[in-house]
Amino acid sequence: MSAESTYQPKSGFGRWMEARLPIMGLVHDSFVVYPTPRNLNYLWAFGAILTMMLVLQILTGIVLAMHYIPDAAMAFASIEHIMRDVNYGWLLRYLHANGASMFFVAVYIHMARSMYYGSYKEPREVLWILGVIIFLLMIATAFMGYVLPWGQMSFWAATVITNLFSAIPLFGEGITTWLWGGFAVDSPTLNRFYSLHYLLPFMIVGVVVLHVWALHVVGQNNPLGIEVRSKQDTVRFTPHATVKDVFASVVFLVVLAWLMFYLPNFLGHPDNYIPANSLQTPAHIVPEWYFLPFYAILRAIPDKLMGVIALFASIGILAFLPWLDTSRVRSARFRPLYFWFFWIFMIVVVGLGYLGAQTPEGGFLLAARLLTAYYFAHFLIILPIIGLIERPRPLPSSIAESVLASSGGEAGEAAPAE
Amino acid sequence: MHRRLRHGLSAAVLSAAVVFGAGAAVAASYPLERTELQRWSFSGYFGRFDQAQLQRGFQVYREVCASCHSLNFIAFRHLGNEGGPHFGEEEVKALAAEYIVTDGPDEFGDLFERDGKPFDTFPAPFPNDQAAAAANGGAVPPDLSVMAKARAAPRHIAWMPVDMLTAYQEAGADYLYALLTGYEDPPPGTEVTDGTYYNPYFLAGKALAMSAPLSDGIVTYDDGSPETVDQYARDVSAFLMWTAEPHLMERKRIGFQVIVFLVVFAGLLYLTKKKVWADTAH
Repeated sequence: MSAESTYQPKSGFGRWMEARLPIMGLVHDSFVVYPTPRNLNYLWAFGAILTMMLVLQILTGIVLAMHYIPDAAMAFASIEHIMRDVNYGWLLRYLHANGASMFFVAVYIHMARSMYYGSYKEPREVLWILGVIIFLLMIATAFMGYVLPWGQMSFWAATVITNLFSAIPLFGEGITTWLWGGFAVDSPTLNRFYSLHYLLPFMIVGVVVLHVWALHVVGQNNPLGIEVRSKQDTVRFTPHATVKDVFASVVFLVVLAWLMFYLPNFLGHPDNYIPANSLQTPAHIVPEWYFLPFYAILRAIPDKLMGVIALFASIGILAFLPWLDTSRVRSARFRPLYFWFFWIFMIVVVGLGYLGAQTPEGGFLLAARLLTAYYFAHFLIILPIIGLIERPRPLPSSIAESVLASSGGEAGEAAPAE
Repeated sequence: MHRRLRHGLSAAVLSAAVVFGAGAAVAASYPLERTELQRWSFSGYFGRFDQAQLQRGFQVYREVCASCHSLNFIAFRHLGNEGGPHFGEEEVKALAAEYIVTDGPDEFGDLFERDGKPFDTFPAPFPNDQAAAAANGGAVPPDLSVMAKARAAPRHIAWMPVDMLTAYQEAGADYLYALLTGYEDPPPGTEVTDGTYYNPYFLAGKALAMSAPLSDGIVTYDDGSPETVDQYARDVSAFLMWTAEPHLMERKRIGFQVIVFLVVFAGLLYLTKKKVWADTAH
């Protein structure tokens, strides 16, 4: 993107356009000849998968919005109208609801891949922080989307989460009333959530553009975590990366299709098929599965304000990861200590997710507190220290050398990037 | 096959449940008894509604449940849909005409009553929640349109992989069947509040405000099916699964086509990928 374009328009119109708006050159440089490390594995397909999911969510969402009514008295019925009488409305809604789940599956894999291969380290700090911002926007969007069907879980999730703001000293109650647009969660709340649920995805698109831009400035990381040094280390984005991305995206769609056609309500809570009732609190208020680890952290802290701070800190701390990890070596392949702590961290997050779905008492509460402490210790104590004391394995001198060594060296020279 | 798979895995799941559940609280937890899974024609990847069963289930709803429970999201015309009870057009018209609905206002500003038409939704048995509560000892009989998705037989998390592989989405129907057939005398020593009826399968307590609605012979079937509580409960649970998920059959059919297409497409893409990368070590 920063270098001079090598794009040669083939048609007269192409040359005319390129002299006025070099958009085809931009696409050519970014997605055709863009050099991509030759040793990427399928974990690197999740960027493309996430882009596909974002587009899919926006497209299904726009059509659903044509039939949905954001009014406390009619929202639930309008969803049933979509499910019963709108042509393929059931398909759109199940695709959208399960698409949100799969969107989070993809983003969690994408983030875990970054952590495992140290993709957030210099010079990719800004790229990573933009990713954290996208994740925050996704959380807000998904939460507000879950409120729209106006079932019991929708209503009580909105009540619990907006009530968190009342923990803020002095202004808490005022802020909560302002968020609600009244003195309780009601039609005005639903209406503004609907408005924001429509707005935020387009903000995500904007940050995704910045994310991809930053990526194309610094280049992709790779499983070895060493920088690209020569053209031998890379291949052209198209067709090499493109065909892998498309293949991986279609495999991902198989999983999404299986979920939405055969288990469409599996990840949802039955209570959300009960219309919202402000006089009847459900026995257990639980968020969607993708928020459970953070919900466990919130409830692990006995003090409300501290719980809210811990909740936001658990996500905000990700933005400081590039500086909390003191190791110069990126990939966990060459970090014998970090390798184990990475997997322990993954187990801890899954454990928090399990605990987030349980009633916070007794052994569950104790476990949630221990895991919450570990979650923060991972970032604040373990990462800074192991980066200093760990003795990394020797790094290969280049991607090409490592690739050729492992493949026996026969086919190596055939297709370098141009 | 699915049932056998489930039973085969039950030992493994139970031992996992013991490990996972070790920290669970000891407070009274409901339901008192676990719901047993039933065999449904509409379960699994190729499940289909049994049209005759849906028609019988509709009859049970109409003759028993409808005196207290509304079905607000269902129109008479839905009963004629393919993939549902699939009554004929004339049958649907005749059915609708058996109901009186309030319409209006007319040109003089007055509401009036007329015979039901296919596009009308089922008239509710009570004009509002207050009237429903007043007539039912303070408890509002819930609308049944999506009941089969709004309740679920509770499942331990250790079942999750099995439930996902077998596409288990019938927890609602299983629960409704268990509840309808689960009424019994409270065991000695168990006190039940007046106006509630003991049922160990009830999700939210030991007793509920609805008395046992079904009894043998209460509905007369004209297709020779057994006129038993068990059969009524099965039929009406299936019917309510249809009202909750009216496009279930279409969903499973399209899902199969979509997945076959995607798998073939993915296979071709994989071969393309192999060819593109054939000369490039990676």
